[in-house]
Amino acid sequence: MANALPSNLLDESLGGSSGGGRMILVEDCVETSGAFVVHHLLKRALNSHSSDAVVFLSFSHPLSHYDRVLRKMGCNLSVQRDNKRLLFLDMLALDHLDRNRGKTSEDILIALYGEIQKAVEISRSHEARHHITVVIDDVSLMEVDANGSSDLVLDFLRYCCSLTAQFGCSLIALNHGDVYSTVDQPNLLLQLEYLADIVIKIEPLATGLAKDVHGQLTVTNRNLRVDSGKSRSRIHNFQFRIKDNSVEYFYPGSKT
Amino acid sequence: MAEWICRTLRDGGLEGEHAPALTINHTITCSLGFFVFDHILSQLSSFIHSQKSQSSGIVLVAFSRSPLYYEQLLKSKGYNVSASTWFKVLDCYTDPLGWKSKLANSGRIANDSLGSSVTVKLCKNDLDELFSLILHRGKELSVDGKGRFMVAIDSVSEMLRHASVSSVASLLSELRSHGQVSSLFWLIHSDLHETRATAALEYISSMKATVAVQPMDGLSGNSASLSLMQNNLKRGKFSVHVKCRNGLVKTMVEELNVENSTINFTPFSTEGEVISQSLVPKVQFNLQLSEKERNDRAKVVLPFEHQGDGKNIQIYDGRKSLNESKGDSEQTCFEKEDSGRGEIIYFHDSDDEMPDSDEDPDDDLDI
Repeated sequence: MANALPSNLLDESLGGSSGGGRMILVEDCVETSGAFVVHHLLKRALNSHSSDAVVFLSFSHPLSHYDRVLRKMGCNLSVQRDNKRLLFLDMLALDHLDRNRGKTSEDILIALYGEIQKAVEISRSHEARHHITVVIDDVSLMEVDANGSSDLVLDFLRYCCSLTAQFGCSLIALNHGDVYSTVDQPNLLLQLEYLADIVIKIEPLATGLAKDVHGQLTVTNRNLRVDSGKSRSRIHNFQFRIKDNSVEYFYPGSKT
Repeated sequence: MAEWICRTLRDGGLEGEHAPALTINHTITCSLGFFVFDHILSQLSSFIHSQKSQSSGIVLVAFSRSPLYYEQLLKSKGYNVSASTWFKVLDCYTDPLGWKSKLANSGRIANDSLGSSVTVKLCKNDLDELFSLILHRGKELSVDGKGRFMVAIDSVSEMLRHASVSSVASLLSELRSHGQVSSLFWLIHSDLHETRATAALEYISSMKATVAVQPMDGLSGNSASLSLMQNNLKRGKFSVHVKCRNGLVKTMVEELNVENSTINFTPFSTEGEVISQSLVPKVQFNLQLSEKERNDRAKVVLPFEHQGDGKNIQIYDGRKSLNESKGDSEQTCFEKEDSGRGEIIYFHDSDDEMPDSDEDPDDDLDI
């Protein structure tokens, strides 16, 4: 039996339970890292229902890092991996996908996509998994793997998005807004925003640094079709404070 | 106006004319173009389904959204298109670069085909095959293969990622000039391309519909920008430029509003009042006017002569009471009525004299 997670502002703004078939884009910057959002969404995906699974594509940290972080949040990734609920693809390992054998970037990304789709297919056939979430951390490091071709990265992400339509998966991708925010090249950022159903932007406070508040989150639900009939707000803005084992979310001015 | 566009696309072009073509243009700040595209697609489907159109069907080239999405969209409007003879989809969404077929051929993934749509693999910079596929699917819509059909392209922006502007422009021109294409429309995200690319495609179209942010009264502060963003997700300004046959370009503007997945078009109001009133930040001060306050404000007599109601106006200049006649003063022309009460009839100086910058207007003062 899965235990219901205590709801916080971030969960409320995301709405719905697992919300299948959605693409969530997490956009952060140097001053405010969005890693905590990825950790929270990962924990949410693994806790929400006992038959849900996660395919985690990591370009930035090894499994041990996430294991350490999530253990403090009350989630054991090693156990989840052993239970076949978590497939961790460590892109930092050089011999992964035969990168050291001189394959082109396109072939590497095609092979990577193949692994993801295969994992999704296997997961679905195994004990009728209800919902699969694909997490990518992060898009700008994927571009390094693609030898700087943002076109190839976008093609890869579009293919991953097609899994949301074909298998009802969710896709969560972390991207760094300030890497792509120059006037010459806002393209990848914009393309991803067009693709996404929900955009979570993590920014510093407009007023500068503060001791008790580490930044603000703006959650925009761009998919107007998923409307339960209630006139819910499409945009949520609230602030956050990162503590040792958890993150606190609150509306501006309500922090005591 | 949106209905007018749908009727124009339904009716198609006259004999010997190129097919009417509509560009739907939007940006990320107000990306309601998707809704406009869906609305037009639904309307045209309804015309074809009820046989109010001479076209035998629609060929949809799906780049941005899966064919399943459109099946569900039209099903929600009451049209079952999965086995229909009037709606065909070219699926450029599922496997545009052939990655899945490559993987399936090497046995790494399962070979799944989705529904009745034809999956298209695009060749970089070569859209000839796409053109042939569109015509082929269009011919399937009629019994003899000679009927006219409409073409809808889900996102030309996606096409521009894989092909050059000139190839895309060439494809659209060829479709417009093909005898069997009765009309076509497409969606473009103008902030993803250079201005010249968007302009080139707009020149090819006979109608351009732009979804833009609705102008609002100036608000400031974080909550105001959030309200603006919230507003832009549901409302926008819908302006259409139509190139008429005689060379005139007509412009029409409407407001569009999306509520509960349905889109509504209403005549455009220049006042931002309604919007700004609903978005006034909730503070402790009362920023609204009550009905009585509004009436009282309208009744205030403004202290200058241009009241505009045609009657003579009595002006009190602060030096003498209104009941006394005026002696020598700056006013050059006045009359005093020979009645018990004094009356000042003032004729504005500027009617008689042109202002002369060399003259000192106080020259005639006898000080």
